[in-house]
Amino acid sequence: MARFVRWYGSGPLHLLVLIASFALTGYAMVRLFAVQPVRVAIWFVGAAVLHDLLLLPLYSLADLSAVDVLRHRAADRPAVPWINHLRVPAFLSGLLLLVWFPLVLRLATPYPGATGLSYSVYLGRWLAITGTLFAVSAVALALRLRRSRRAVPAGNASGPGRGGTP
Amino acid sequence: MHSDPPPGPFRPGFWRSPIRGPWLTSVFGLVLLIGIPLMFVTGLLSYASYNPGLSPLNDQTPDKGVLGFYLFGWPTHPYWLYRLLQGVHVTLGVVLVPVLLAKLWSVIPKLFAWPPVRSVAHGLERLSLLLLVGGVIFEFVTGILNIQLYYVFPGSFYRLHFYGAWVFIAAFVVHVCLKLGRMTRALRSRSMTAELRTGLSRTLPEPPDQDGLVAAAPAAPTMTRRGALGMVGAGSLLLLVVTAGQSIGGRLRATALLAPHNRDPGSGPNSFQINKTAAAVGVTTALTGPDWRLEVRGRGAPRIFTREQLLAMPQHAAALPIACVEGWSTDDQHWSGPRLADLAALAGLPDAGSVLVQSIQPPGPFTRVVLRGNQIRDPRSLLALRVNGADLSLDHGYPARVIVPANPGVNNTKWVHRLTFRA
Repeated sequence: MARFVRWYGSGPLHLLVLIASFALTGYAMVRLFAVQPVRVAIWFVGAAVLHDLLLLPLYSLADLSAVDVLRHRAADRPAVPWINHLRVPAFLSGLLLLVWFPLVLRLATPYPGATGLSYSVYLGRWLAITGTLFAVSAVALALRLRRSRRAVPAGNASGPGRGGTP
Repeated sequence: MHSDPPPGPFRPGFWRSPIRGPWLTSVFGLVLLIGIPLMFVTGLLSYASYNPGLSPLNDQTPDKGVLGFYLFGWPTHPYWLYRLLQGVHVTLGVVLVPVLLAKLWSVIPKLFAWPPVRSVAHGLERLSLLLLVGGVIFEFVTGILNIQLYYVFPGSFYRLHFYGAWVFIAAFVVHVCLKLGRMTRALRSRSMTAELRTGLSRTLPEPPDQDGLVAAAPAAPTMTRRGALGMVGAGSLLLLVVTAGQSIGGRLRATALLAPHNRDPGSGPNSFQINKTAAAVGVTTALTGPDWRLEVRGRGAPRIFTREQLLAMPQHAAALPIACVEGWSTDDQHWSGPRLADLAALAGLPDAGSVLVQSIQPPGPFTRVVLRGNQIRDPRSLLALRVNGADLSLDHGYPARVIVPANPGVNNTKWVHRLTFRA
């Protein structure tokens, strides 16, 4: 047993569960790849690669850049941390686009003919929701700024701190 | 003996989020642990609802083998069964997108673990993780594209989504087996209520963990854990609001701002949602004009009916929805026409075991379907000629269509021209 664990790197139960799982995977994969195997494989592996090596690095980089730019403008920075007033509406708006882009960008060509509905409404609605999200976020920030200015006399450099408890 | 990791994401100091750690991962994991089995089961039930065991015509994945072990005759009660199941399946899938993204974000350092393979066990586990991550994104992407009729994926949606689900679930079960203990320990390591009261200044990294999720050199926090959970939750809530109305219907339909079936096509008695218009599938008024006849086969010689003769038969009413595999559905519509059971009796087979329904629609998927005996015998199962007090519109199947309680929409065949009852 100890020799097995040293060779394998885990207990025998680990191996049995994985083999059972791979057997089912193999059974389903033979069928998944029965038609257009190369294209299906590209979609399957591509899904993971596209997310892990493109989407996630891109949004992380965008987020880091935004945080960085704001940090280097410390002099004229508002007295309350405001990165999340940018981050949250950008995340929500991006999420809606990520899910509904075929309709928003009018890529789903069979849609109007099949459903009898026009897809012209989606881009405008997505933009309207995006605008509303940023506007609400701006109003929330304005209220926080006003509250922090009232709490601290103008010119006091120490400010209310970066506590962030609203 | 291991070499130093290459620079960049392979170095422990590269990942700097101070809130990344086993507790946060486990919160997202717990939500998915509840949501994903629910989606898997509703998905399997959706396949069963097509009655694939009844005829190859009903089966989009005839090579399923043992993966169809659970199939059973689909019931007609409750009449809203398919509407509920498929509405939950699709809406839940959309709503879980931000949770899935957050979960994947929270474990990204593990993708760049160094050395890439520590042991046989570790190598096999990583292979399983490729199937897990590839599988879950594949399932979400094919599903989300399909409900928007964006058919760019390679081949039949039914094949890809069904077999892809099995590949994914095999890896999912392993993942749950291997991580359940760690998840429960991590969830117990911090109090959710205390976490929801913690402000930014007191947002500190979790203690170092065996998985290396916690940053070795954390940056200053810019968001609390409460904020991260709130942002993901707000994403789910927003997606729910702009989507669910297409399945709930009524006044809420208009709130589904970005969903594909969020409004009525036109106005009047026939102004409910259409899956495929007549024009889209090549059905023209030339095929549905005065020359249209319904042929009813069973025991003895085939019988031919004009639409007037069908209207002269006893007409029955049923209030039933159209519910689509794409998750949208209509409210209950008031259909009327002869009962399928009466037509079976006319064909000399009052206890028919099945009926082959054929459409005048040019050949393609779902132009022929076989219904089961229990679906024929349900008194609400009609060959509908009228809806909401008016003749069917061409887009809703004029001159005649099938409507059966709890049946998936595509199996409520439109533009019917032949019914073949069998013992």
